[in-house]
Amino acid sequence: MRFVRRHILSAYAVLALAYLFLPIGVVVAFSFNNPKGRFNYTWEGFTWKNWLNPFGYPGLGGALKVSIEIALLSSLFATILGTLVALALVRYRFRGSATTNLLIFVPMTTPEVVMGASLLTLFVNWKIPQGFGTILIAHIMFNVSYVVVTVRARLVGFDRHLEEAAMDLGANEWVTFWRVTLPLIMPGILAAALLSFALSIDDFVITYFNAGSTITFPLFVWGAARVATPPQINVIGTAIFIIAVTGMLANIVFQNLRLRKGALAA
Amino acid sequence: MLRRHKWAIPYALLAPGVAWLLVFFVVPMWYLAKMSLSEGLFPFFSFGWAWGNFHDAVSSYQVQFVRSVEYAGIATAIALVVSYPLAYWIAFRGGKWKNLFLLLVIAPFFVTYLIRTLAWETILSDNGLVVRTLQHIGILSSDGRLLATSAAVIAGITYNFLPFMVLPLYVSLEQIDGRLIEAAGDLYASKPLAFMRVTLPLSLPGVFAGVLLTFIPAAGDFINAQLLGTPRQYMIGNVIQSEFLSVRDYPTAASLSFVLMAAILVLVLIFARLLGTERLTVSHA
Repeated sequence: MRFVRRHILSAYAVLALAYLFLPIGVVVAFSFNNPKGRFNYTWEGFTWKNWLNPFGYPGLGGALKVSIEIALLSSLFATILGTLVALALVRYRFRGSATTNLLIFVPMTTPEVVMGASLLTLFVNWKIPQGFGTILIAHIMFNVSYVVVTVRARLVGFDRHLEEAAMDLGANEWVTFWRVTLPLIMPGILAAALLSFALSIDDFVITYFNAGSTITFPLFVWGAARVATPPQINVIGTAIFIIAVTGMLANIVFQNLRLRKGALAA
Repeated sequence: MLRRHKWAIPYALLAPGVAWLLVFFVVPMWYLAKMSLSEGLFPFFSFGWAWGNFHDAVSSYQVQFVRSVEYAGIATAIALVVSYPLAYWIAFRGGKWKNLFLLLVIAPFFVTYLIRTLAWETILSDNGLVVRTLQHIGILSSDGRLLATSAAVIAGITYNFLPFMVLPLYVSLEQIDGRLIEAAGDLYASKPLAFMRVTLPLSLPGVFAGVLLTFIPAAGDFINAQLLGTPRQYMIGNVIQSEFLSVRDYPTAASLSFVLMAAILVLVLIFARLLGTERLTVSHA
């Protein structure tokens, strides 16, 4: 009986994972489609040509470039800002820490449409022209909270004795931070950077409100979806998927290797 | 120098990040609040305690408000039912592969949101496999369709916010001390009883976080309704979006935004209350 139940749950988990991957399978499959019309909704035949010419559709390459630039810059800035905030929240007791926690938490529970709208109102009020800069500002804003939460999770499980040992051995605070603290929380920082990169390159709603005439990849897909859905969209989508998953896998392997090395050293 | 000003270190670390959030999250909310009480036509709005905006917003778009809560509520409930066994399985049966399974759960969401939703458009399309199968077994009539219905929009929302449900559930289930469940077994609790009295109550914080993180973006979503539905399925997010970007009636859109946030807050508080009291009755029973 227990055997049966164990397998029912496993079978369910496999089904649930299959459900999660079903649309991804469709995206990947249709990147090899050879559609006759402008829309890529029905299967017409296999071709490599979309993969050989991923930027063959006008505007697609430029939009992707903007998305990657914004994702790189926003994840870089958000990771720095968020890591500093996480260090302050975990390492120090100070007045206002509860308020800071609230300020970190609230953006994550605000509907995107409201955040996008409020930023639009700000930029209109301050007469700031919308474009690359305003998208970047918005992406750093919504990424900071996610970085704080991710890095904080890593810092909470941190063994302070390691830092004390470094200090006992004559390292000052600065050296201790660079040689002991930072390397130990690096996996958390790396995970946070990857997460913000992924959130940024995928963001549609907030970008839509604050892009002006700048076009990111999701905005391109949105605009294209009304007049045509070139299979190149699926090619880029699949490529981003593969790169992101490889990055995450590398991070997991990297952490496991470090754990093993630590276990050997101990 | 560093030691004498030790109290200042946390503030120095906080300053850049907190300043960014203050200027680009809190201040915009303030402008949005002012806008919700303003009058005038784009681009000339003037502040004037125009509370009537809220009345007009609610009375004109009552249908979309109710629909948003309904769709988001159903989608959240389905997501919970789908995610709980999956999170449970990863937490208790995942072994050393837990991280890999978690990656598998998150991985699909690295395909751009819009492309994922367009893929559902393909899957649910009139000539697609799902519709044909449902027609064949008689659940749908021979001319019945899924695309452009409430079911399609709810299905899209359920799918798109699933990781926000799975991850918090997993975190709370993973933290449960297995010895507590064993202890329940030692005290002659059957497996289902041990689950009901030990595992489920201990995982309620995860349920709460998951419901919150799914319901909130779902209630504000407009992409699923736009791509998988028709104007008859439009939610409040669609209205806010078009009032801001097409109609450019900022005051109406701003007051709609605040009504949406207030509605979410009230529902979350009610839900927290329900979950809290349920937990009390479970532990006293």
